Amino acid sequence: MADTSLLADSAQVAGFDWSFFWHYLISPSGTFLEGLWRTVYISVVAQALGVVLGLVIALAQRSRFAVLRWGGGAYVWLIRGTPLLVQLVLVYNGLAAAGVYRFTDVPVGGLVLLGVVQAAVLTLAVNEAAYMAEIIRAALDAIDRGQTEAAQALGMTPSLTMRVVLLPQALRIIVPPLGNEFNLMMKSTSLLSVIGLQEMFLTAQSINSATFKTFEIFLVAACYYLALTTVWSFVQRFIERKLADPGTTPPPGPSLRERLVGGRGGGPAPRGTAVVGKEPTLAGREAS
Amino acid sequence: MNDPHGPHDRPITGHTGPTGPADPTAVLSARGMVKAFGGVRVLNGVSMDVRAREVVVVVGPSGSGKTTFLRCLNHLESIDEGEILVHGRRVGYKDGPDRLVEERPRAIAARRRNIGFVFQRFNLFPHLSALDNVAVAPVKVLGVPKAEAREQAQALLARVGLAHKASSRPSVLSGGQQQRVAIARALAMKPELMLFDEPTSALDPEMVGEVVTVMKELVEDGLTMIVVTHEMGFARSAADRLVMFDQGVILEEGTPEKLMTDPDHQRTRAFLRRIDGHG
Ligand SMILES: Nc1ncnc2c1ncn2[C@@H]1O[C@H](COP(=O)(O)OP(=O)(O)O)[C@@H](O)[C@H]1O
Ligand SMILES: [Mg+2]
Repeated sequence: MADTSLLADSAQVAGFDWSFFWHYLISPSGTFLEGLWRTVYISVVAQALGVVLGLVIALAQRSRFAVLRWGGGAYVWLIRGTPLLVQLVLVYNGLAAAGVYRFTDVPVGGLVLLGVVQAAVLTLAVNEAAYMAEIIRAALDAIDRGQTEAAQALGMTPSLTMRVVLLPQALRIIVPPLGNEFNLMMKSTSLLSVIGLQEMFLTAQSINSATFKTFEIFLVAACYYLALTTVWSFVQRFIERKLADPGTTPPPGPSLRERLVGGRGGGPAPRGTAVVGKEPTLAGREAS
Repeated sequence: MNDPHGPHDRPITGHTGPTGPADPTAVLSARGMVKAFGGVRVLNGVSMDVRAREVVVVVGPSGSGKTTFLRCLNHLESIDEGEILVHGRRVGYKDGPDRLVEERPRAIAARRRNIGFVFQRFNLFPHLSALDNVAVAPVKVLGVPKAEAREQAQALLARVGLAHKASSRPSVLSGGQQQRVAIARALAMKPELMLFDEPTSALDPEMVGEVVTVMKELVEDGLTMIVVTHEMGFARSAADRLVMFDQGVILEEGTPEKLMTDPDHQRTRAFLRRIDGHG
């Protein structure tokens, strides 16, 4: 367990060391870059797995079999009802302490996949899947019922209807909240410090314990988190543009200022209240 | 009230259609269709036979069950009683140990392949071009090679006068164009029976003609169709039979001339006079 007591250090008041700040910002140490790299790849892998697992859960929740619907609902309830921090400790430390399962380092090719990284990716993905399931479910629900009926009338099976008609349309609705989720994911990785994973936050903390430059080093870390989320916001906008219906003129996307400062409704929407554009519903069945 | 039994399990109310068991040689043979929503019977014993190349036009007041009737014919809606045969094969149900049971989704999907449906509100796939709207089902459902399906789709679009709109998304097409693409999409499955649910009633008046023209051409080509519409011009020139729905039953049916000039029921006369004024 990492030492998270930062207060003790702040007793040392020495003013802001600009040269230290600039030095670490412009030429960060190898360990810092390694932490940054871990933050990035853990976020990407966990988010990708979370989307896939979330899709499975969302489909289970829409299944015609009650058992699957119930299972999907229970999953979302359980995962969203408990803090990620608690889940991390339970999976990595709890399971080992209870003698149920201990995550051990696994050699893959020339590299070693750390046990703690396995636990981190697994927990983040499982956690993320619950939120993604809700987002995907809401997106599927937002699609006009007439779409399903048109597909059915053409002889499409339920799975074909899902793949050919519903998911492609849901994708466009899913991307904005998905981008939001990935933004949160990158920041959530800082919680991994609690299980001793040397990602960017814990690296900064180690440097802090060695140098006592608390403000400077965490400001550097903040700058790097900001850089990650900013780059991502551009990638996200690019993807949204790609997916926009070329037939319709897309509404002007949020301006750079809105994107960075969160001008629309003040910041990213809280998770769970998936911001899904509820389309105007053409009455599912036709009024006479 | 759960599963359909034979046609003779209960007396059929207000019934004027064919009697006797369902006719397996007809394109469509329906007997004693009953459908209730929350205890209210929307269809109350509807029977109908449709032979190959026949064109049946269905009219009736709003809420009389016309849409529900069509939706039941390809099992977009289940039925509580009765029986539906398309080309001699049951739609939506199969023999169970002691009564009919609902088919699995996969089997229902297979039965729908040769029943075309044209919706009041088109329901085109907004993420696909007009061409892909038409080609997607042959490719994905029937396994037609992509190039071949697109060629056929292009020909179908030409047939409905939209060859030049092949690459357009539905969102840039007018209502009349969208409905014509929707008709081409249904035709791409080479259906033996086409169902139209008020295909022109969501259109601006100036676009009704182009859709009616396409439908008349389908009649010329000998397609078997059931058309719910209040376009009396179409009914007069194209329908072999006019069917008047009222409160979930077929009130009366006959040739368009007969119903328009000398109906058996006062309600039919009053209704047709009213819509013909506007149609
Ligand atoms: N899914 C449904 N749930 C409840 N009531 C319905 C549903 N579909 C249709 N109805 C009712 O059934 C009646 C017949 O509807 P419909 O078949 O659409 O009539 P029509 O097409 O002749 O106007 C109406 O009273 C309608 O409100
Ligand atoms: Mg209707």
